[in-house]
Amino acid sequence: MSVSSTDVAQVAALARLKIDDHALDDVTQRFSRILDLVAELQQVDTAGVTPMSNPHDQIQRLRADVVTETDQRDQLQAPAPAVAEGYFLVPRVID
Amino acid sequence: MTAQDPMAFATARELSAMLAEGKTSSVELTQYFLERIKANDDHINSVVTLCEEQALASAKAADQRRRDNSHTALTGIPLLHKDIFCTQGIKTTCSSRMLENFVPPYDATVVQKLNEAGTVTLGKTNMDEFAMGSSTETSHFGLTRNPWDTECVPGGSSGGSAAAVAAGFAPLVTGTDTGGSIRQPAALCGITGLKPTYGRVSRLGIVAFASSLDQAGPMTRTVEDAALMLNAMAGHDPLDSTSAARDQEDFSAGLSDSIRGLRIGLPKQYFSSDLNPAIASIVRSALDELVAEGAELVEVDLPLTHHGIATYYVIAPAEASANLSRYDGVRFGHRCDDAEDLTDLYLRSRSEGFGAEVQRRILVGTYALSAGFYDAYFKKAQQVRRLISDDFHRAFQDVDVIAGPAAPGIAFKFGEKAADPINMYMEDVYTLSVNLAGLPGMSVPAGFHAGLPVGLQLIGRAFDESTLLRVGHRFQLRTDWHKATPVINGGAA
Repeated sequence: MSVSSTDVAQVAALARLKIDDHALDDVTQRFSRILDLVAELQQVDTAGVTPMSNPHDQIQRLRADVVTETDQRDQLQAPAPAVAEGYFLVPRVID
Repeated sequence: MTAQDPMAFATARELSAMLAEGKTSSVELTQYFLERIKANDDHINSVVTLCEEQALASAKAADQRRRDNSHTALTGIPLLHKDIFCTQGIKTTCSSRMLENFVPPYDATVVQKLNEAGTVTLGKTNMDEFAMGSSTETSHFGLTRNPWDTECVPGGSSGGSAAAVAAGFAPLVTGTDTGGSIRQPAALCGITGLKPTYGRVSRLGIVAFASSLDQAGPMTRTVEDAALMLNAMAGHDPLDSTSAARDQEDFSAGLSDSIRGLRIGLPKQYFSSDLNPAIASIVRSALDELVAEGAELVEVDLPLTHHGIATYYVIAPAEASANLSRYDGVRFGHRCDDAEDLTDLYLRSRSEGFGAEVQRRILVGTYALSAGFYDAYFKKAQQVRRLISDDFHRAFQDVDVIAGPAAPGIAFKFGEKAADPINMYMEDVYTLSVNLAGLPGMSVPAGFHAGLPVGLQLIGRAFDESTLLRVGHRFQLRTDWHKATPVINGGAA
């Protein structure tokens, strides 16, 4: 097995996912299966190859620096779980 | 086709002609398909949301447009959208608990363009959660059944879309394809599915999975309809930074032109001894039809084919882990009850909202992007991606189109591949390299094995959908696999 359950728990914390203790072994096992699969990439000689992040090697396009958007706060906040006075509500973060 | 429903399996082109000749109206078509879905979809579960009121209002407007002579070929034609496309005022769930109650405040560009063309949205189709899967079994809203055999999967992730076309619920359905999610379900359900070149169709308003791979396309009965639908979907969108700035093309023009002298490349890696002999034989027979049309078959070499899966299963999860970080329980989507603090809110909202496969991919992606592993996994995969893309470019110096199977097998039974994620990932072995290289790919019905459909995949040069469509159309002029229809609910309709 290429990763331990401790590694998986740590990655889960980074990804803000909570894995139940009883599911951790199963998740670790499947996670390891995937890492074993992708390990084969190490066999490919990629010396000097530029990584490809866009299939057409496009670069970020710039647009004119002009205001095009109107205020749509009410519509954009409509799907939010909790809002008040135009703000998104979260649990108290400052005591 | 059963005698009592002449319209169910008609093509959009045929329905468009009926509308033009005044033989039917959009309202009549819309009512017909809504009733047909309501009567037959309980068992198939291809449609997750029906929007009857909006559909009938659009249909009335479409009929008016036809009377005013301000219509397009698609005005008044009923259509379904995969539930990954944002539809203003209509729930867009991505088949996830995370977005169970999400009503988008805007339309995806694709939705907007099809609305402008005058199509009538009947509803939204089921899919693998966040488009992660090849069987539609990961949907939070239950699995979709293959209309050809309801004990089997329809493929995925656009399984609801493919099943809906196959079942005669709409002639036009949208899909998205990140690693094969249009082509593989199209193959398994016996319909036509086109993934356009990356950048051809705007991604704005499509719930993001892997941004450098995602692309939307048509799922239809015929190549002719796919061309019509692509005409309406394609085009530059200033709101999508990766949208290609290219002139509008008419994909319907030249569809019937000869393919004499066209060179079709057969990757030797696609036809290796690993390929199921029954699938190989059907694909070879399909290729014989293209030879009879005057095309020439040439062997090509795509040596890194077998590394496609590993490359994809680093890049796609990595991009997904970044994209899905937006679901935090704060701005939209599922929020857990009674969070103790902000961290608890994030952890529980995400863990409750995402299903197992989605969480697995987020974990793999987070790992591949994390400090210490980035070079070994993500950068390495991006380098192999370039080599895979280079192989395609090299092959296309010698051939016009590449052909092979769309999927390694036929529709499989529920649960058969769910236990081991790798088994499921193998479903996309012939399709995902095409996404890595950003090329257009299409599956067309090519025959049946054990009573279930098999697809022929055609792959084209970047932005050369026209050649793909021409080859596909010539194939459909010679064959009638695309005209075969399943018996829906024992023929009752």
